[in-house]
Amino acid sequence: MIRDYFRIMKVDLTTGKASLLERPGRDQYLGGTGLAAMLFEEFGHMDRDWDDPEQPLIFTIGPLTGYYPLMSKTCCAFRSPYHNQYAESYAGGKSALSLRFADLDALVVVGKAARLSALCVGSRRVETRDVDYMRGFDALRTGRIVRKLFPGSGRRSILRIGPAGENLSAYACINVDTYRHFGRLGGGTVMGSKNLKAICILGDRGFDLPEGKAYSDLYKDIFKQLTTTEMMSKYHGLGTAVNINPLNELKSLPWKNLQQTSSPLADNISGERFAKDTLLRSAACAGCPVGCIHVGFVREQFQANNQYLYRQVSYDYEPIFACGGMLEITEAPQVLRLLDVIEKEGLDVMSTGVALAWATEALEEGVISRDETMVDLTWGNVDAYMQGSELISRPPNEFYRLLAQGAMKCAQKFGGADFACVLGQEMAGYATGEVFFVSEALGFRHSHLDSGGYAYDQKYEDKNVTRALDFLVNDGRERIVLNCMVACLFSRGVYKDELMAQAMEAVGYGALNDSLSAIGDRVQRLRWRLRLGMGYDPAKVVIPKRYTEVTTWKGPIDPEYLEALRTGYAARIMEMGAPLPETEE
Amino acid sequence: MKALRAARMERCIGCHSCSLACARQVHSFLSWNKSGIRIASSGGLSTGFEAKLCLACKPAPCAQACPTGSLAQRRDGGVIQKKNLCIRCGECAKACPVDAIFLDHQVNPYVCIHCGRCVEFCPHDCLEMEELPKTPKDKGDSDD
Repeated sequence: MIRDYFRIMKVDLTTGKASLLERPGRDQYLGGTGLAAMLFEEFGHMDRDWDDPEQPLIFTIGPLTGYYPLMSKTCCAFRSPYHNQYAESYAGGKSALSLRFADLDALVVVGKAARLSALCVGSRRVETRDVDYMRGFDALRTGRIVRKLFPGSGRRSILRIGPAGENLSAYACINVDTYRHFGRLGGGTVMGSKNLKAICILGDRGFDLPEGKAYSDLYKDIFKQLTTTEMMSKYHGLGTAVNINPLNELKSLPWKNLQQTSSPLADNISGERFAKDTLLRSAACAGCPVGCIHVGFVREQFQANNQYLYRQVSYDYEPIFACGGMLEITEAPQVLRLLDVIEKEGLDVMSTGVALAWATEALEEGVISRDETMVDLTWGNVDAYMQGSELISRPPNEFYRLLAQGAMKCAQKFGGADFACVLGQEMAGYATGEVFFVSEALGFRHSHLDSGGYAYDQKYEDKNVTRALDFLVNDGRERIVLNCMVACLFSRGVYKDELMAQAMEAVGYGALNDSLSAIGDRVQRLRWRLRLGMGYDPAKVVIPKRYTEVTTWKGPIDPEYLEALRTGYAARIMEMGAPLPETEE
Repeated sequence: MKALRAARMERCIGCHSCSLACARQVHSFLSWNKSGIRIASSGGLSTGFEAKLCLACKPAPCAQACPTGSLAQRRDGGVIQKKNLCIRCGECAKACPVDAIFLDHQVNPYVCIHCGRCVEFCPHDCLEMEELPKTPKDKGDSDD
């Protein structure tokens, strides 16, 4: 629905009441990440912890969601259990189009249900249901049951948590429509703390389109561009897993808890190998013809006499890096077995793999013992890692309770902080060099997608600190505009400024085109103000020693360059997040 | 005369591009429901997808059930829709044996008119236009 205001459904789980709100601000915040930050300012509490029942869990879409291909993602914002500060995560599936067709720019959930509950919202529906019988159910089984509770096959989205969310692991994810996730920084934990097992969004409305052929013609043009470019062929073909081999060749593939940046065994878990040995089929987010979701299969003999079962498990580059290379599991089907367990437990796959990698090295080094780990966490021991993942999700002792809060928190108690691969959170799979390490360690989401630091490392060999910092800030701001649209970032090569302006124009948002850059700047500053206001001090961020021991294609890491980037970026963040001058208030 | 067939649904990735194309181009709506073709997972994403789509029946039970002639028999199969004749009784959707007619909340029916404009938006070539067996001119209503 084209409108110059935001339409928001706010559900209070404590009272069971919902309200529909209208808010101005489209011209200031656009939608997506901007809208989420705006709503957190209104409904969030800077002076209360992440698990205060009144803290909001926010889902937002953008002005173009559903109107064009790949405008297909949702922004989820919350105060994170991982660092008790403002955070965001993104996912696709059918979540974005379901919100669009539920006629909501945002869904805000506050309060805490008395018992484990499921929430269903649609354009003509809002309902909370007691699902206490689902306590402890894994994320996939939960999905199967919620499908029956709230019918609407194909045109709804089901968000749910597994045991990890219920047990408040700091990096529990929200599973979206089986194969996608709000993965990072504990959105699933926030649902768990609210006693919210699942959210079903029914996309049950339609909207009039602009008259005339301009919109329809432009849609067709963008569709063609997105389905024929080389870049899209990469995501469509091997999927993101295609990155394993090139990063390995660049000596930028984190391996064995980043003891190495390449391995001759990497080819065994490459995108090519996954496709050849395990790829069952592809799937897509609703509204995206690219279909980057890759679903592999594993079959397992569970009884003698040829009795087999099979599992369908989605894979991508990041899960393979975290649960393949980092743990030196070097057979594709074995990686899928581990991913399947993590999926069911409802853990963030990157944090889980990287945390287990730290635990393996800590055990090897004698920092911890088997008394703590309970299972033999040794490189490549997939069965132990499967059990370890369940122990993170359902912690039986202090070690796993801390590991479930993050590898660094565990290391601070037991030792081994030097080799915890934590850059704000458990690292993403890019050992490309100094700029990426600083970008992820200090960045707003601690995500490799905050800005293209990994690409900058690969492009520039010199050590120009100012240029690198300018890049991080400016590229970050450009990505924020896309995140206000909540476009899939894979489309950023197609939705350049001119095309974006045409797309906005064709659906009646043309008046905003001149302000997109200013909106990016405004949202960048607002997000940092929220983060800093909750206690973030980028100057105090420590980049663990392991990162200075790494050798990439450029040679050994330069500690002085790393430090100059770290202090420089911290200063830029403080600048961006500076309080508003009094006159503007 | 041709009919739209979801001939290769095992290739479907669930992107809904076909439904969105029909709603956009035929009905001028942004919708994945107000469309002649709708995609549903056949029991969760792990089990693949199915298309809810008119099979081009002849005689068409929906046309027979329509009390006002808003849906009329298309010569070689399927129906011709005249929206201005519709009284929104919903009998067509009840009569359809394969749940291919979507009723919006105002009971407006959406059914495939076999125009084929969705076909080019399927990235996996799941859809095709198939020639229907010809009905002798004196045996059926004509639509052209």
